[in-house]
Amino acid sequence: MNAARKEFALTVEDLSVSFDGFKAVDGVNLYVERDELRVIIGPNGAGKTTLLDLICGKTKASQGTIKFKERELTKMAEYEVVRSGVGRKFQTPSIYENLTVYENLEVSFPRGRSVFGCLAFKRTPDVTERVNAIAETINLQDHLQREAGALSHGQKQWLEIGMLLMQEPELLMLDEPVAGMSVKEREQTAELLQRICKGRSVIVIEHDMQFVKNIAHRVTVLHQGKVLCEGSIDKVQSDPKVIEVYLGH
Amino acid sequence: MTFSLKKFFSGSNGWVSIALLAVVILVVFPLAFDLFRLNLTGKYLTYAFVAIGLVTLWGYGGVLSLGQGVFFGLGGYAMAMFLKLEASDPESTKIQSTPGIPDFMDWNQITALPWFWEPFHSFTFTLLAILVVPALFAYFIGAAMFKRRVGGVYFAIITQAIALILTILIIGQQGYTGGANGMTDLKTLHGWDIRTDSAKYILYFLTGAILIGVIAGLRWMLATKFGRLLLAMRDREDRVRFSGYDVANFKIFMFCIAAIVSAIGGALFTLQVGFMSPSFVGIVPSIEMVIFTAVGGRMSLVGAVYGALLVNAGKTLFSESFPELWLLLMGGLFIAVVMFFPNGLAGLYEKHSAKLKMLLQSLLARRGQVAPAPVSATVTPLEPEKIVIPKARARSSKGKKRVLTSEGSR
Repeated sequence: MNAARKEFALTVEDLSVSFDGFKAVDGVNLYVERDELRVIIGPNGAGKTTLLDLICGKTKASQGTIKFKERELTKMAEYEVVRSGVGRKFQTPSIYENLTVYENLEVSFPRGRSVFGCLAFKRTPDVTERVNAIAETINLQDHLQREAGALSHGQKQWLEIGMLLMQEPELLMLDEPVAGMSVKEREQTAELLQRICKGRSVIVIEHDMQFVKNIAHRVTVLHQGKVLCEGSIDKVQSDPKVIEVYLGH
Repeated sequence: MTFSLKKFFSGSNGWVSIALLAVVILVVFPLAFDLFRLNLTGKYLTYAFVAIGLVTLWGYGGVLSLGQGVFFGLGGYAMAMFLKLEASDPESTKIQSTPGIPDFMDWNQITALPWFWEPFHSFTFTLLAILVVPALFAYFIGAAMFKRRVGGVYFAIITQAIALILTILIIGQQGYTGGANGMTDLKTLHGWDIRTDSAKYILYFLTGAILIGVIAGLRWMLATKFGRLLLAMRDREDRVRFSGYDVANFKIFMFCIAAIVSAIGGALFTLQVGFMSPSFVGIVPSIEMVIFTAVGGRMSLVGAVYGALLVNAGKTLFSESFPELWLLLMGGLFIAVVMFFPNGLAGLYEKHSAKLKMLLQSLLARRGQVAPAPVSATVTPLEPEKIVIPKARARSSKGKKRVLTSEGSR
């Protein structure tokens, strides 16, 4: 990690949002580099999901700036944030259950995103090729024609990650991607994340410390909407403040 | 409510079903009914336009509008204005204090044709207005609502309010609109008398043909990525939004399409029935139209047409004998359909059609003294029908194979 380099992919500064006076995120600074896999941990209600909501535009910030590739995200509509290269996976698998796996991935292909673009959309070879490639990455190549609703929980999580990969995002944000997965699926997911963080930045929210150890380059600990500690997993785990509020319990 | 391309070829939205509907409307009905009943059927078919608009908007898009009568009315009134002007030539209105303007204006002491009536002298303008005015109106309502993320029940209530407002406006502005009586005594279209028997036949076939054409158009639209996206949006709006789509635009577009389709129905209604009145604009007709769609099946374009025909036939039959009970019956029907057959007639048909066909084939086989072997052989091609069996039961390995073939046939 070259700390001297100032080229951060994502720069979050002094970010705050309050809901009816309650500061869910309070003056957060966050710098994520390209090729970095950052994990955000923290007790329930620490503001982890809200932070991702703010970055992807789902929630509007009360103050502060979010710069991604030199562009300010706080004023953009959600779809503009996505089009500027940010992908977001939700906590519960958020896929289109009535469409097939193939169609799920195809709908996520970044072309024909306007109304008339959709009407004129053709399933060209490059679409099929890309769908097949992504399906292989997420281990669903044998399930392309299955209805997504019929997949197992873990497969649904992968499918949603695949849908994000279709967009070729430069910043990928995953909210508890291994929640509800078996041990084997967790390992596969860890391996998947290691592979896909090349050439982009990834932010992951996770509770499972073993999983965090497997994947994290750096860890940020949030507590009561503020950054409590940041650094390598070892540094974070030995920090007395962190032990106090989070790991000790 | 499984969705796959296969359904477009075999299910109740398939080409076969559309062709069958065309035969029923354009051949069976004209042969089976006398002119009076055929004319009634033609009127019901104009409601079917609203119903198929609701299939795309509500069934696929997940946006329930309880004010589609507004657009039916806008189309109907645009056509009525043209016909009324033609019926109000100076010769036939010479007893009025101001000849040459519609009679109801004269009764309301209006002495000159209002400016917004002037362009309706032109038939081309009228046809354009039938399509453009409802689309613009829907666009503004849609933009105001969907851009602010107003949806669900709130949207439904607001559309109700709009239907009510428009009705009150029409009734209140009697001098400009004909008030509660509507626009009556419509006679000719470019000199062609629309009240004659032959005209009634021609208008019936015109309505049927346009309806089939619109269904084919909507079916095409739903088979594109646009249709898949509508379903995706209905299930996971946030996911679609965070896949880079501006969800509001899709809803606005859908709302405009449903409005245009409804308006075409309204214009054809005016032509066939010979008048237009606020009783086809307000809350009650708007809700009735939702019931047609629900009964026919909100996921099926063809089903919605049958729904409109059936409910209206029932209405005509029952309201003759028990006029008091009809509204209650209609409400009960709606509740029953929503509770027990959420996919309406089309859903029932798709659920049982495989069994039905097998039964028919075994009957035929017995009749032709054929050994049972061909019966079992015919089971395989029937499998695609099973695709529409509710999700939970459609997860066999056969399901996989079926959809695979649908990709191949594309």
